[in-house]
Amino acid sequence: MKNGEVILAGFGGQGILFMGKILAFAAMIEGKKLSWLPSYGPEMRGGTANCHVIIDDNEIGSPIVTRPNILVAMNKPSLDKFEDTVLEGGYIFVDKSLIDRNVKRDDVKTIYIDATKIADDLGNKGLANMVMLGSLLKATDIFTIDEIEDTMKKSLPKSKQALVESNMKAVKEGYSLV
Amino acid sequence: MSEKVLMKGNEAIGEAAIRSGCRHFFGYPITPQTELSAYMAKKMPKIGGVFLQAESEVAAINMVYGAASAGVRAMTSSSSPGISLKSEGLSYIAAADLPCVVVNMVRGGPGLGGIQPAQSDYFQATRGGGHGDYHLIVLAPNSVQELAYLTAEAFNLSEEYRIPAMILGDGTIGQMMEPVDFDLIPEPVYAQKPWATNGTEGKREKNVTETLFLEPSELEERVFEREKKYDVVRENLQRYKSHDTDDADIIIVSYGLTSRVVETAVKILRSEGIKAGAIRPITLWPFPEKVFKEVHPKAFLSVEMSMGQMVEDVKLACDCSVPVHFFGRTGGVIPTPDEVVNKVKEILKEVE
Amino acid sequence: MSKTIYEKPHSLTETNFHYCPGCSHGIVHKLVCEVIDELEIEGKTIAVEPVGCAVTAHNYFNFDVVQAAHGRAPAVATGLKRALPDRVVFTYQGDGDLASIGTAETVHSATRGENITVIFINNTIYGMTGGQMAPTSLPGQVTQTSPYGRDTHTQGYPVRICEMLATLDGPSYIARVSTDSVPHIKEAKKAIKKAFENQVNGKGFSIVEILSTCPTNWGMSPVEAMERLRKEMIPYYPLGVFKDVEEVNE
Repeated sequence: MKNGEVILAGFGGQGILFMGKILAFAAMIEGKKLSWLPSYGPEMRGGTANCHVIIDDNEIGSPIVTRPNILVAMNKPSLDKFEDTVLEGGYIFVDKSLIDRNVKRDDVKTIYIDATKIADDLGNKGLANMVMLGSLLKATDIFTIDEIEDTMKKSLPKSKQALVESNMKAVKEGYSLV
Repeated sequence: MSEKVLMKGNEAIGEAAIRSGCRHFFGYPITPQTELSAYMAKKMPKIGGVFLQAESEVAAINMVYGAASAGVRAMTSSSSPGISLKSEGLSYIAAADLPCVVVNMVRGGPGLGGIQPAQSDYFQATRGGGHGDYHLIVLAPNSVQELAYLTAEAFNLSEEYRIPAMILGDGTIGQMMEPVDFDLIPEPVYAQKPWATNGTEGKREKNVTETLFLEPSELEERVFEREKKYDVVRENLQRYKSHDTDDADIIIVSYGLTSRVVETAVKILRSEGIKAGAIRPITLWPFPEKVFKEVHPKAFLSVEMSMGQMVEDVKLACDCSVPVHFFGRTGGVIPTPDEVVNKVKEILKEVE
Repeated sequence: MSKTIYEKPHSLTETNFHYCPGCSHGIVHKLVCEVIDELEIEGKTIAVEPVGCAVTAHNYFNFDVVQAAHGRAPAVATGLKRALPDRVVFTYQGDGDLASIGTAETVHSATRGENITVIFINNTIYGMTGGQMAPTSLPGQVTQTSPYGRDTHTQGYPVRICEMLATLDGPSYIARVSTDSVPHIKEAKKAIKKAFENQVNGKGFSIVEILSTCPTNWGMSPVEAMERLRKEMIPYYPLGVFKDVEEVNE
């Protein structure tokens, strides 16, 4: 699968928007049509943050994702809010370190990843988003690991190039778990 | 080969403005357009430009008035409540026939309203907003690429006609990221500005930028002259995009972000065999009336993020020849394609 | 043989003033234009005129003029000066314009140290609209909108702009002068000249408050009006230099 309507959701500070940017940037490099839309406003501060990414071969209509085929939920309120919106046969990725319930639906593919714990073991809880991204790549095949590594190198500013290695380590860890 | 960059809409406006020769930006913080000010604050000092955070929206628009009267390309941006405050200045700028670009990233209203996207400033933008007989050129982009394109256009058009131009966006268009290629935006076309109050140097008669004419016949004459200019703009500047209109039973009219929701809705409708088409005004003033004379649907549907402010323009444009329906969400709620689809089906049931 | 001992400044036009007999605007226009002539800056000067009696000052100035909305002159001047840093930009404003509806623009252009010159006519009344209470009207002053005299309990106290702005770090020169006598008018010209020189030398925001008369709306003869200025206004609005960065530095 190379196209997708994705909702990434969690707490502010989990790198939700960044995860979305990587997908969007990768799509741009691949010559795809794409849109990236963040939630904005006071809810960014400590509340929930989410971001809608659409990747397609054709021009993108509404940039608002109402029926995602991929949901990444990195906290319980996000799963509660978006679980029902996922298309039948779509994917729900759950950070089970932070979400103490299972997906209720049985018509979607569910992937549980202990992302925050794994990231912590890697030495940085902040990499949980990258662990989730890795599992998403493996399960959906939306981009290859190499494409994502290339994207990171191209999209991160010079001052942050050093982070590519640690980010990719987390991505690969997530990839290996699916 | 030109290169695409991934950018937020608000930032793309800033970059396009800079590439269009704008070196004077006066702003005041307000959600959801602050990224534009932040972008200008970062970029302007590096290129010898001016970024100034004014003490108020009122001051910001009057700084634009001053800079524009000096003959430079000047700009300000805000969101709905801030535009209300700027309306006084816009009336003066229009009255002084000064070019400038004003961005409104519309949020829900009235009052303080909300911070989520809306289109409820349509009347304010297309009917003037401030006092007196005047218009702004109002451009309504629906993508980040078009935001950049129309920002560049706005500077050129505003100078060509000496009419202030407004980019009417919304919170979503400003916040979203899409690839944008700045090689595709128009080059700046600079007009001569013999009227600029930039110092006589002892070489010419003095210039006066003024808006007060106590003699009624003199003021009337000036308003008449301006109206002639507006007529030229009405004739030459109508812009729109349309699709699937030839055989359409129903044509959905929408602009900005909403037009993208409609695009998706039309696809769904067509896939179900329903003959739906779309017209998207790109200039809201002048409203693209001409295209409405060329299409023959059984009904129009105006879809907006407001309570139907564009409906009357659609009615006027089609001379009320067929029913004009309305569907809208407001207060920061964005209509979904499914809602539009259902509304169309409802209307067509009535028609048949 | 005749010898010229006085000439109308070149930057002042031939147009007769529309101002009332005994009004200080004429005096101040002439002082400003003399200074512009003496500094040889006519060709690079841009005035920003207010809403008030001086709204048509461009009829009297031989240089570029921008007419601002009520109170917005310092913002307009800011835009002009930022666009044209090598030009000389000054605002000419009355008390309603500068100290009431435009207070924010006044205070913020001052605190930014905007490199402009502000000429502030304080005659304690709204002239153009026919004599209403101004922010600078004195306690007890009878106007159209304070018919029983300005009651400080309900209508507050006059604003002393110079004193207020002198608390800021931004301004470089703040002075209050008067037009009630020849020596005071000479002082006034000195202050105006300094306020323009400061701008030419890039020293930042300079304001000269000029105590002025409005015989028509005060209901007085020109002579009585000068008397009032001297006896009532100067005690409330003391003359002098409130801030001069140069002097502090020396």
